[in-house]
Amino acid sequence: MFDILGIASRNLLRYGRRTLLTLLLIVIGMVAVLLFIGVAGSFKSMMVGQITDSVLGHLQVHRKGYVASIDSLPLNLNMRPNMLAKIESELDSNTAIAAWSPRIKFGGMFSNFAETTSIRINGIDPVREAATVPLLSGRLQEGDKSAVLVERGQIVIPLLLARGMKTQLGDTVVVVATNRDGSVNGKTFVVRGILESISGPGGRDGYIHIDDAREILRMTENQVSEIVVRLKDFSQLERVGGQLKAAVEGLTNKEGKPVLEVHEWTQLSPFANIAKMIDLMTLFIKIVLVSIVLVSVMNVMIMAVYERIREIGTIAAIGTPPSRILALFLAEGLMLGIAGTLAGVVFSLAGIYGINVWQPTFDFGMQKGLVMAPSIAAGDVLTIAGLVIVVAIIASLQPAWKASRMDPITALRHV
Amino acid sequence: MSLLHAEKLTKTYRSGDIEVAALKGVDFSIEPAAFVAFVGPSGSGKSTLLNLIGCLDHPTSGTLKVLDTDIATLDRRAAAHFRGAHIGFVFQDFNLIPVLTVFENVEYPLRMVQRWPAAKRRDQVLRLLDAVGMADQAHKRPDQISGGQKQRVAVARALVSDPKLVLADEPTANLDSETAHRVLELMKKMRDEFRTTFVFSTHDARIMGEAETIFTLEDGRLLPAAHKEAAHV
Repeated sequence: MFDILGIASRNLLRYGRRTLLTLLLIVIGMVAVLLFIGVAGSFKSMMVGQITDSVLGHLQVHRKGYVASIDSLPLNLNMRPNMLAKIESELDSNTAIAAWSPRIKFGGMFSNFAETTSIRINGIDPVREAATVPLLSGRLQEGDKSAVLVERGQIVIPLLLARGMKTQLGDTVVVVATNRDGSVNGKTFVVRGILESISGPGGRDGYIHIDDAREILRMTENQVSEIVVRLKDFSQLERVGGQLKAAVEGLTNKEGKPVLEVHEWTQLSPFANIAKMIDLMTLFIKIVLVSIVLVSVMNVMIMAVYERIREIGTIAAIGTPPSRILALFLAEGLMLGIAGTLAGVVFSLAGIYGINVWQPTFDFGMQKGLVMAPSIAAGDVLTIAGLVIVVAIIASLQPAWKASRMDPITALRHV
Repeated sequence: MSLLHAEKLTKTYRSGDIEVAALKGVDFSIEPAAFVAFVGPSGSGKSTLLNLIGCLDHPTSGTLKVLDTDIATLDRRAAAHFRGAHIGFVFQDFNLIPVLTVFENVEYPLRMVQRWPAAKRRDQVLRLLDAVGMADQAHKRPDQISGGQKQRVAVARALVSDPKLVLADEPTANLDSETAHRVLELMKKMRDEFRTTFVFSTHDARIMGEAETIFTLEDGRLLPAAHKEAAHV
């Protein structure tokens, strides 16, 4: 084996410039892919982190049909106490869950006594909410970020609403809402914070204490609209989601149909499609890399066979078995792949390190100055490296096969 | 027992609808340690015959036995194995492998074909390089030595695995007279030393002068009694 690799390496060095150009192509391809995976992965995880850690959580539990009609925030689809008891018991017993937070969501009117507009209110337990969506308070543009998000009698309002209504911290406002029975109720709040929207114009989510929400809606029993769940390990999303789904399916109505449903964040946000697009682009970049390696290695190997026909004839004539001739040329492709991979990995990791030192920033929605911190998993590096090496061998296969099947007489006559 | 024995050997090539008979019923025998030349004009069938003897091709009909093996029975892999074990080749253009040194070129059949152990291989290569007077050039690449030296290296490579038979296709065609003479002397010396049979295909009168047996081919047929010593035609 070492004999074959030794001869193969000399043959590669024999056409140094061509080998270097081929290696350069492989290295450029690998650097492009690994940097893209690192940067896009960083952007994706930051984007997903912003959405899940400040709004959606990782999983949400709702009454069946609630998500389908979520735009109207239907109060008649809130979860009832018996359902909550079941869910709470499941959530508390699941060791993969880091925190969960109940929310009461309703639409109401927001007035500063001069003007009135609509608002979407989230009644939250501030301690649970902070544990479940820890980046929420970080979105406070005005107000104390370190304090509890809302106490009773306080409201956090979205930035665009505050601007439009010329409302400031400490102002007294009133929220009016219609409860499930159709009766209207109102309550005054002090503006405790102004919240930056994550997704740009249109953010109308305000936050009040969950007990204030119950008071406005005159709830006589413990109901919630949704339960937001945070996992200890985000990568376990599918597994834990499956466990929760299986657990809540046991709770059925009179017709025997499940009354609750569990959604992963990807089912609740259009940003999941952006994440999918990033994955798709990564796939295309990988296909481009495979094409680059395939074409460049195949080209160089076809040339290598063509230029060494007489040499192949000679070694075949003196008794080199066809399998060893095949191995000689495959070894050249293998070494090209390995050398290109090693150089590609080194340059890629250097590039990723360089970006981390440079710390470029970017904006996402209304979030400004997010620092790009690309990283790449060892598994991704190994996968790409393996892919390049395998493709290099595959690309060498046809020329190597041709060389091994060459008729020595014809080859020796070749000029 | 003859080293080579051919009976009614024919070889026909087909090119589309046209058939070309390169050999038309050739009979001959060659004894061990012979120094034999096949001569004849271009297209007479010399190279075809050498290809058959070298197990590089199969006869269309007739029998050709090399070391008592009917070459028609050898498939591609077996033929390669047979060549590696029993036949050495010397080519007109030397055909040394350019990326290997002189030592490595001579070592190649032992390393890549016969897979001898390294120590034994080294001894054998040095012995052969010494025999052809190239031991002091062992580290050089083929492009750093002269044509005559290349052919001496090629002879060493052909002999390194102790073959019974060396086939040389126009081995002196690219050499000047003095160098050609030295190479032929060397081959004869090797024949004497290693008891190897040398079979040439040539136009070269210098080889004809040195050959102990000459077979003349014309239009695919062997002409009788054109040899210095008794060849079994």
